[in-house]
Amino acid sequence: MPAPTCSSCHAARAALRRPRSGQALCGSCFCAAFEAEVLHTVIAGRLLPSGAVVAVGASGGKDSTVLAHVLRELAPRLGITLHLVAVDEGIGGYRDAALEAVSSQAARWELPLTIVAYADLFGGWTMDAVARSTAGSGRSRSCCTFCGVLRRRALEEGARLVGATHIVTGHNADDMAETVLMNFLRGDAGRLARGGVLGSAGEGCALPRCRPLQFASQKEVVLYAHFRRLRYFSEECVYAPEAFRGHARDLLKRLEAARPSAVLDLVHSAERLALAPAARPPPPGTCTRCGALASHALCQACALLDGLNRGLPRLAIGKGRRMLQAEPPLPGNPSQATSDPAAPQESCSCEQSRDGATLCREGGDRAGATCDLQSDVSPSE
Amino acid sequence: MASPLCVKVEFGGGAELLFDGVKKHQVTLPEQEGPWDIRNLLVWIKKNLLKERPELFIQGESVRPGILVLINDADWELLNSHLYLSLPCSNTWQ
Repeated sequence: MPAPTCSSCHAARAALRRPRSGQALCGSCFCAAFEAEVLHTVIAGRLLPSGAVVAVGASGGKDSTVLAHVLRELAPRLGITLHLVAVDEGIGGYRDAALEAVSSQAARWELPLTIVAYADLFGGWTMDAVARSTAGSGRSRSCCTFCGVLRRRALEEGARLVGATHIVTGHNADDMAETVLMNFLRGDAGRLARGGVLGSAGEGCALPRCRPLQFASQKEVVLYAHFRRLRYFSEECVYAPEAFRGHARDLLKRLEAARPSAVLDLVHSAERLALAPAARPPPPGTCTRCGALASHALCQACALLDGLNRGLPRLAIGKGRRMLQAEPPLPGNPSQATSDPAAPQESCSCEQSRDGATLCREGGDRAGATCDLQSDVSPSE
Repeated sequence: MASPLCVKVEFGGGAELLFDGVKKHQVTLPEQEGPWDIRNLLVWIKKNLLKERPELFIQGESVRPGILVLINDADWELLNSHLYLSLPCSNTWQ
């Protein structure tokens, strides 16, 4: 049974059908369309202006590999320069292998690579140490919560080290859709409302972040990597089976099998959600310890690290968090990752927010901001 | 009656981890009563190549959602997913 002809070049045999349009395309026309869509996402959203120094969150996995490859192709047209920033969470047997993949990618693409380690930034707290510390606390998936918050902070640090003006990560449409489902399942109205923005404007001291692959489905990312013969690291994090995100992912995959456009439709639905006034969170202030954007007295990173250092790792998660007081740091606390004595202590004024839906009044420190808990963010692969 | 069939099966993107890390397999499918198609090829793969955690590979009669299947570099959802494999051993399909 022969495949149909590519509906773009009308010459080659089609290799796939695009989920939203139903269009049958050959491998190279599909790759061209994929790249054109990423370019459009960046230009239409004004995500990466000319002259931007872009820190690419690189994990060695398929999403960040595709992201780096595509941005490298588009860099001359956009007038941007790229730096790869990899985060070493200190997960033995997993992250070291992934970092080898990133190193060889950096060499192949001739892009500079900076690696930042949790152990250095967070006073010796590697993820393996966090997992051991949280193992007895009854909720095994909580170590992933720490990782999401700390990795965001680590990426910010790495970006600053290389003098970046913007941060990009490889989150794809499936990641975004999973996050929407997770926020619904956890009753997190605030994050649902903020979840639709293409990128963070970078309120306060946070660098602007965006996700150029946000509208690319995971399947298409995998196919792009296949047709472009990109090599990447594809093992699952050793702690991943415990993450809550796995449930959302299973549900999403079953939904997608029944209705292929469900993934993108879910993301677009979330973008159009409007919150009732009573449901909107209060505007965030700044962390009293490190000065970063925070919805409480301490930002999530400081609160989580505080809990770890006190030997009470559950303190900073869930309801217990509300009772955490901002006390002076204990001896042996991690050095403050983003301590900036000049950081403004007043509430974020948020004029840079480019989308009305996320003005600070609506609790809009974007999920990408370092201090907002975006728990169980999938390791960008 | 289907004669023996030579097929090249490749696993990637992490799927190979279920097959002892081996990405490329050259297999010979034995003679059998009915024709070889993708559905019974998957059953054969599960029985003869799969090394661990079958629930991550197969779900019901098909692959677990999220796993892509390419036949000669084309998405099987584009083709009839019950594609019949009919070339004898002198030819190989990827």
